[in-house]
Amino acid sequence: MYKLIPLPVILPLVAAFLIAIVGKRFKRLAKILSVLVFLSTAVLSYWYMVAGNQETMLYKIGGWEPINDIPIGVYMLLDPFSGFMLCIINTIALLSTVYSVNYITKFTGVNYFYTLLSIMVAGLNGVVLAGDLFNLYVFLEITVISSYALVAFGTDKEELEASLKYQVLGGIATSLILFSIGMIYWYTKTLNMMDITRVLHASGDVKLIQFCQLMLIAGFGLKAAIMPFHGWLPDAHSSAPSPISAMLSGVVIKAAGLYVIFRLFFNMFELNFEISVLITAIGTLSMVVGVFLAIGQWDLKRLLAYHSISQMGYVIIGVGMGMIILSRQGSLAAASLAITGGLFHLVNHAVFKGLLFLNAGAIEYRLGTRDLKKMGGLAEKMPLTAATSLGASMAISGIPPFNGFFSKLIIIIAAIQARFYILAALAVLVSIITLASFMKFQRYAFFNGKISASRVNISEVPPFMAFSMTIMALLCLALSLLLIPDLREHVLQPAVDILTGRNAYFINLLNK
Amino acid sequence: MKGMSIIVKKVSQLIAGIIFLYGIYIVLHGHLTPGGGFAGGAILAGAFILIVLAFGTDIIHLKHDEERASLFEGLGLLAFILLAILGFIIGIKVFFNNYLPKGQLGELVSAGLIPLYNIAVGIEVCAALFTIFLALVIYKEEISK
Repeated sequence: MYKLIPLPVILPLVAAFLIAIVGKRFKRLAKILSVLVFLSTAVLSYWYMVAGNQETMLYKIGGWEPINDIPIGVYMLLDPFSGFMLCIINTIALLSTVYSVNYITKFTGVNYFYTLLSIMVAGLNGVVLAGDLFNLYVFLEITVISSYALVAFGTDKEELEASLKYQVLGGIATSLILFSIGMIYWYTKTLNMMDITRVLHASGDVKLIQFCQLMLIAGFGLKAAIMPFHGWLPDAHSSAPSPISAMLSGVVIKAAGLYVIFRLFFNMFELNFEISVLITAIGTLSMVVGVFLAIGQWDLKRLLAYHSISQMGYVIIGVGMGMIILSRQGSLAAASLAITGGLFHLVNHAVFKGLLFLNAGAIEYRLGTRDLKKMGGLAEKMPLTAATSLGASMAISGIPPFNGFFSKLIIIIAAIQARFYILAALAVLVSIITLASFMKFQRYAFFNGKISASRVNISEVPPFMAFSMTIMALLCLALSLLLIPDLREHVLQPAVDILTGRNAYFINLLNK
Repeated sequence: MKGMSIIVKKVSQLIAGIIFLYGIYIVLHGHLTPGGGFAGGAILAGAFILIVLAFGTDIIHLKHDEERASLFEGLGLLAFILLAILGFIIGIKVFFNNYLPKGQLGELVSAGLIPLYNIAVGIEVCAALFTIFLALVIYKEEISK
């Protein structure tokens, strides 16, 4: 495995450039090549998860060995937490690509679509594998710049406006991130995350670093669309092509936003009570306000996009509670439970929100509208879409036996154990409102009376789209199995242990 | 797009070659002097852009040029990543391994793979900037029709 660590970045890049060069000559190359590449990266990440004991590996690019224990090369870091994220990224990418085999026929410029999608996945894989701050920034930019282009892929007025908004806010986030990376580099004289941890640990509490932490929260908060920074998300996620919405909502805001926040604040910086409370507070804010904004929406994809903000809030309060408990030296078991809940909800959200966006795409593919008021009676015409979206809706609203129920349950149990009673109550309340808004979606889209006369001819979606949706619906059920202690200890627990290992984990990594 | 006056055409004919040569110089000496693939590529693109601005062509030619430019863009990127991937096979078998002999410090042919990377980046940047320029010109021509 050690030698193969860069492959999740290289393979999608090679695919992207090959498609750009010879895609015009061979019409089917783009579709086949990108599916094969994402399949192989997905298999690679599963292999890491199941084979061996998920050891932590540092890959030195170019073979530059450290001199006097000071790392001079660019490092890639593969540990259970990045492996966990790699699995999510490549699975959703694979299913979205299979889905778009049929879906993308609506658009022109198919080759550009696959090129940009491959570059985006390469960037995402790079973000979770990056071992130093500057490479993390570069891969982040690769991801978001290709997603700006993908959001504008329809090139209508609405899409271009959404893309422009995304670019402006993304540009602000980027400058905040780059500025704070610059400040950290100026203070610590190094960019390697492990080395920065070592320097910061030796120097103790510094005001400059706290300033950088706040800017990083704002910057990555913008990428993750946490509540005060969420302005771009509903437009961007609703106007992108549906497989891209699934990628943006399911993966990009997690890998490019939340993953980095968790990684930096748990492992790189010293855990700090005030910052933990701040992160949990904005998580709570996005959880509560997001769902209230969502319930009034009549545009299906906007409704789903606002729910992404709200569900990200669950992930953040789960992990944020763990941060608070750890930072005031509380019990490790309670912190571990809260973080488990957060990460479990992260993977669950990737699957059910991805599926919901694919369902929305299926409805749009057949009906050409995203307005809930113009739908109705689709249950008999599109039984598979109706069934899978019912599963996903139940998962997101937290109804057993779907996966969303169990992750929300763990978060609420952890909140009660750690005596965050208000957070637990809010989580239950938000879950109920989520259920209400998805009942609205189900009723207006699938069950509301008879289908209108002009739409009697519509049929179920083509096979590749149906295939992706079915697999995702099965995953919604299968991921509940992660609750079983044996599976949990193998999949979730190593990732949680990385986070609860705090910055001692990074310091020990370099001394090994 | 119409061309400019005879004076502009003659002067840019004379200058474009020199700019092109200077771009190649910057790319090739990337490992020795300031500059390198990106800076040199931008200068190379400048030579192409100057010619198109001075002489002007019809829109069909422009579209043809854009296709070829984006082909070279992809080829440059692919060359770069293939050079990097070869590191997996040769030498100590690490990605981005500099497997060629390093040579004498300060010589033109030295530093192993770095000049080759610079050439690939130079082709890529030149083609990309030229493609962006052509895309803008084609857009303007299509609007004015």
